[in-house]
Amino acid sequence: MAYQVNGQTVEHDEEGYITNLGDWSKELAEVIAEAEEIEMDDERWEVVNFLREYYDEYQIAPAVRVLIKALKKSMGPEKGNNKYMYELFPYGPAKQACKIAGLPKPTGCV
Amino acid sequence: MADGDNQIPKLDDALQVPCIKPGSMDGLQPFLASPEHQEALGFPGELVPDWKERALAKMEELAEKNRAFQVYLDICVKCGACTDKCHYFLGTADPKNMPVARQDLLRSVYRRYFTFAGKYFPWLVGARDLTEDVLKEWYSYYHQCSECRRCSVYCPYGIDTAEITMAARDILASVGMGQKYSNEIIGKVHSVGNNLGLNPKALGATLEGLEEDIEDDTGISVRIPLDEKGADILLVTPSADFFAEPHIDGLIGYAKVFHQAGVSWTLSSYASEAANFGLFIGNYENMRLVSQRIRKAALDLGVKRIIFGECGHAWRVAYSYLNTLAGPWDFLDQNYPIPQHILEFTWNEIQKGTLTFDKSKNDHLNMTYHDSCNVARGSRMGDMPGGQFEIPRNVIKAVCNNYVDMDQDTIHEATLCCGGGGGLLTDDLMDLRIKGASPRMTALQQVTKDHGVTHMAAICAICKTQFSKVMPKYGYEMDSVVSVHQLVSNAIILDGQETEDDAPEAAEAEE
Repeated sequence: MAYQVNGQTVEHDEEGYITNLGDWSKELAEVIAEAEEIEMDDERWEVVNFLREYYDEYQIAPAVRVLIKALKKSMGPEKGNNKYMYELFPYGPAKQACKIAGLPKPTGCV
Repeated sequence: MADGDNQIPKLDDALQVPCIKPGSMDGLQPFLASPEHQEALGFPGELVPDWKERALAKMEELAEKNRAFQVYLDICVKCGACTDKCHYFLGTADPKNMPVARQDLLRSVYRRYFTFAGKYFPWLVGARDLTEDVLKEWYSYYHQCSECRRCSVYCPYGIDTAEITMAARDILASVGMGQKYSNEIIGKVHSVGNNLGLNPKALGATLEGLEEDIEDDTGISVRIPLDEKGADILLVTPSADFFAEPHIDGLIGYAKVFHQAGVSWTLSSYASEAANFGLFIGNYENMRLVSQRIRKAALDLGVKRIIFGECGHAWRVAYSYLNTLAGPWDFLDQNYPIPQHILEFTWNEIQKGTLTFDKSKNDHLNMTYHDSCNVARGSRMGDMPGGQFEIPRNVIKAVCNNYVDMDQDTIHEATLCCGGGGGLLTDDLMDLRIKGASPRMTALQQVTKDHGVTHMAAICAICKTQFSKVMPKYGYEMDSVVSVHQLVSNAIILDGQETEDDAPEAAEAEE
């Protein structure tokens, strides 16, 4: 189970989350997104970048509410809402966007 | 193989019995736990070479230790009362999802090795050898049961099918076949303190953000304290309340109620999880270790009371087993229930008259209520039989003008599982989750049609997540499931809070 990026092999688990977080790169994000049938654009990159910054500071993905609140500030209320996030990432901003951002899958009753 | 068609079953009514489709869910398997996740829980990393001997020894040990388990295996008379009571059977039509058939996957092996007739005349009594195929079949079908115990309500002998599922999972984990979803999560509780793996710094930052949100919304400063020594109440709530929607709105509701009641309370970063997946995997030692964190947090913080947030199986474990798992609780204030449910607390405050509501804030919602299985059938609330059914409804009706129940055969102790309980709330079982939700969704569609119901409230983190994922498949928005304390939060008027009526500009007012 691995992604191929720039001739390199990057291992992932059964669900497509990369095994070694240090393997992440922008090129890899594009490859994961393609596997998820998602085309990365500026807005999706903004979500992914926010997730990575938050993870850098807290070693965990942010609550959906925290993510939305941040995006409301930058994108405005029309786009900074839960519904729009699901339009960007149909399998959920937390799980699908985390996968593309190279973060571990949020676990639990979520 | 499982058909995996993600087909949404069309039921004419919630409890319609389908024509059977043998083998339709055959081979469906959630991911196996990795060696790392297995070993962190004290299980072997992978299938052990002598799995057969160890599985049988474990079965014998469980039958010796847990007499109920042995009785359940011995006394079934195949009356068939349970056959059509399982939401997974109704949704998948696979006859092995009939509760009696699921139990027999294990019972037939028990009979072969532990009963006289099965040892000498196996062909006469439906006894069979334990083979690797049987083990795989167990792994598949014991992960198509959410341990919701609806079938047990209808069993004339009172056989608790969930106990058999739990035993089967315990046997499987003990020979190296644990389930990834549950075991990874339990490992995180042991190492970090909650299912999410949310560390104290991140938890603190999340709570601070919520305090800001409440102040922005209401103009009132409401605290959500963390690790505050000397607080009276320790709130233990599912970590989904710190992360997911609509759970987090429920947490805001608890905070507002505590604020308004004027009590001192705190969350604990050490025991930042109400859920106890040790129950789901049927493993007493893991269940005990998870519960012990609550005891340690209560002692370290010096609290007098423990209150549980909205989490279904957590309340079952708390109400039914906490004393055995982590007691005695002689250091807590004996004048209060030990433990107490947040709904008991809120309902008491409503009766005392300490809370003021503007019910019209929920007028855009036409509500119904989903009884969560573990609360409905494994616990109680208040001091009256049936309190676990009445108290949540009383609270909803105190804060909402529009409420109607679903079909009587699908609520209270006959409630249907959400389809994601018991350790099945994982993406690799999504097909099963969608199908298993169909009886509940059909009952909901009926009240939508007849009474215009738009939203369904729940008091379980699993139910909330499961419904927000599967409701869109049944024609509802994902936010059609709400927390009960989200409704409380919408309607509650905090002391000093200006309402729209007396100050239209209040929304813009800066504190």
